[in-house]
Amino acid sequence: MVTFYRRLPRFEYVQPKSIDEALSLLAQHKGKARPIAGGTDLLPKMKRREIEAPKYVIDLKALPNLDYIKYDDKKGLSIGALTTIHAIETSPVIQQRFGILAEAASTMAAPQVRNRGTVAGNICNAVPSADSAPPLLALEAKLKLISHKGERILNIEDFFTGPNETVLTDEELVAEIQIPPLPSNSRGIYLKLSPKRSMDLATVGVAAVVITEDGLCKDIRIALGAVAPTPIRAKRAEDILRGQRFSDELIERTAQTAAEESRPIDDHRASADYRRGMVQALVRRAINQALS
Amino acid sequence: MKQIRITVNGKTYELQVKPWETLLEVIRDELGLTGTKEGCGLGECGACTVIMDGKTVNSCLVLAPEADGKEILTIEGLAQGDKLHPIQEAFLEQGGLQCGFCTPGVILSTKALLDENPKPTDEEMRRGMAGNFCRCTGYTKIFESIKAAAQKGGK
Repeated sequence: MVTFYRRLPRFEYVQPKSIDEALSLLAQHKGKARPIAGGTDLLPKMKRREIEAPKYVIDLKALPNLDYIKYDDKKGLSIGALTTIHAIETSPVIQQRFGILAEAASTMAAPQVRNRGTVAGNICNAVPSADSAPPLLALEAKLKLISHKGERILNIEDFFTGPNETVLTDEELVAEIQIPPLPSNSRGIYLKLSPKRSMDLATVGVAAVVITEDGLCKDIRIALGAVAPTPIRAKRAEDILRGQRFSDELIERTAQTAAEESRPIDDHRASADYRRGMVQALVRRAINQALS
Repeated sequence: MKQIRITVNGKTYELQVKPWETLLEVIRDELGLTGTKEGCGLGECGACTVIMDGKTVNSCLVLAPEADGKEILTIEGLAQGDKLHPIQEAFLEQGGLQCGFCTPGVILSTKALLDENPKPTDEEMRRGMAGNFCRCTGYTKIFESIKAAAQKGGK
C-alpha cells in the first residue's frame, strides 16, 4: 500500500537567539535535533517520512550575523550559512568574480525555493546532484564548521562521504563557506544537463575553472555532480592539461579521462553509459567555453 | 503551542499554533483564506505560493512559527474591494486559466516577477514562473496573460 503523507510529524520548535545557544542545544539533544535554515529539503523529507522525525527542530534563522556575502581581495569570498540561493544568484560581487557560482544558483529549483533555501543547506543535504557542489569544488572552497567544542576548517572535497552523507556530526553546523580569490585570468563554467530547464535535478553537472597564462593552462579544476556517490573532482583529468598548451587533442583526452573517473549509476534519469558520455561532452564544452 | 503574530493582507493576527503546522495550514484552516491551495505539499508545484516579506515562498514549506513577525500577501489581498488587481483582470481578459487550481499561485508569482522586473523578456518570464505548475493550459494562455499584465503596467 502506498501511503502519501502531507502532514508533518510532531516535533518541538526551538529558535535560539545566539550561536552559543544553538550549539549547546545541538549538543544537549544530540541525534534528536535537526537544524533548519530554509527547510526546503528538510520539510519534504519529514513529510515523506524519509528520515526519522526529530524531537526538536532548531531554527537557525534568528541567529545574528550568519546572512552575509563578503569579499576581500586577499581573503576572497565568504558566505554566511543563512545566505539564500537567491542572494547568491543576484549578488553583484559573485556575478562578477565567481560567476560560476551565481550561474549554478540560478539553475536550482524555482524562485520560491531559491528565496528560502540556502547554499550551506544544499551542501549539508549532500545529494550527489547538488548544483552548488561542483562549482564550490572547482573553486576549492573551504567550510567553517562550528560546534560547542570549537571550530574546524575543512576543504569541501573532504566534506561529502556518500549520498546524503557528510562528515558533519550531530553537534556541528556549517557556519561559513570560504572561497579563495581567483586570478583575473581565470574563468569558470558550470554546465547542467537536465531534461527541464527549471525545477529539475542535474542528470550530470560539470564545473570547470580554467586559469590561463601566455596560452598555457596554468591551472585547471574540474568537478562533477550526479555521476558518483558524492560530487567529485576529476584530478587525473586535470593533470593532463595542467601546465600544457591547449589543443583539441589534449582537451579531448582530458574530457575522456574525466568520464573514466566518474562512477555513475543507472537510474530512471539516465543510464550510467549515457552519463559517462555526457561527462566527456560537457567537460570538453566547459573547457572550450572557458577559453572562448 | 507557540504564540505568533502575522500580518496577512494588511490585517494583523495573534495566533496560537502548533510547531508542526505549516503557514499554508494556518492560512487555510485558521484564517479561512482558502484561495491558497495545497497541491503537492512538497514545494514542487507552487499552488500554495504566497508572498512573504516581498518574496514568493511555498507556504507548505514554511513552518507556522517561522512566519512569526512576517507580512504575508495571499490572493485574497490583491483586489481592492470589488476592483480586481490589473494582473487578475489580465488573466480574466486573456483566459489565462481553466480549472483555476494553480491560478492563485500563478498570479502571486506574476506579481513578484513584475514587481522586480516590470518588462520581463520571454526567458525571464518563463524562469520567473518555473515554480508554478499548470496541468490544464499548456502555459500559452498564462504567458499571454502575464504579457498583457506587464503591458498594463500591472504590478
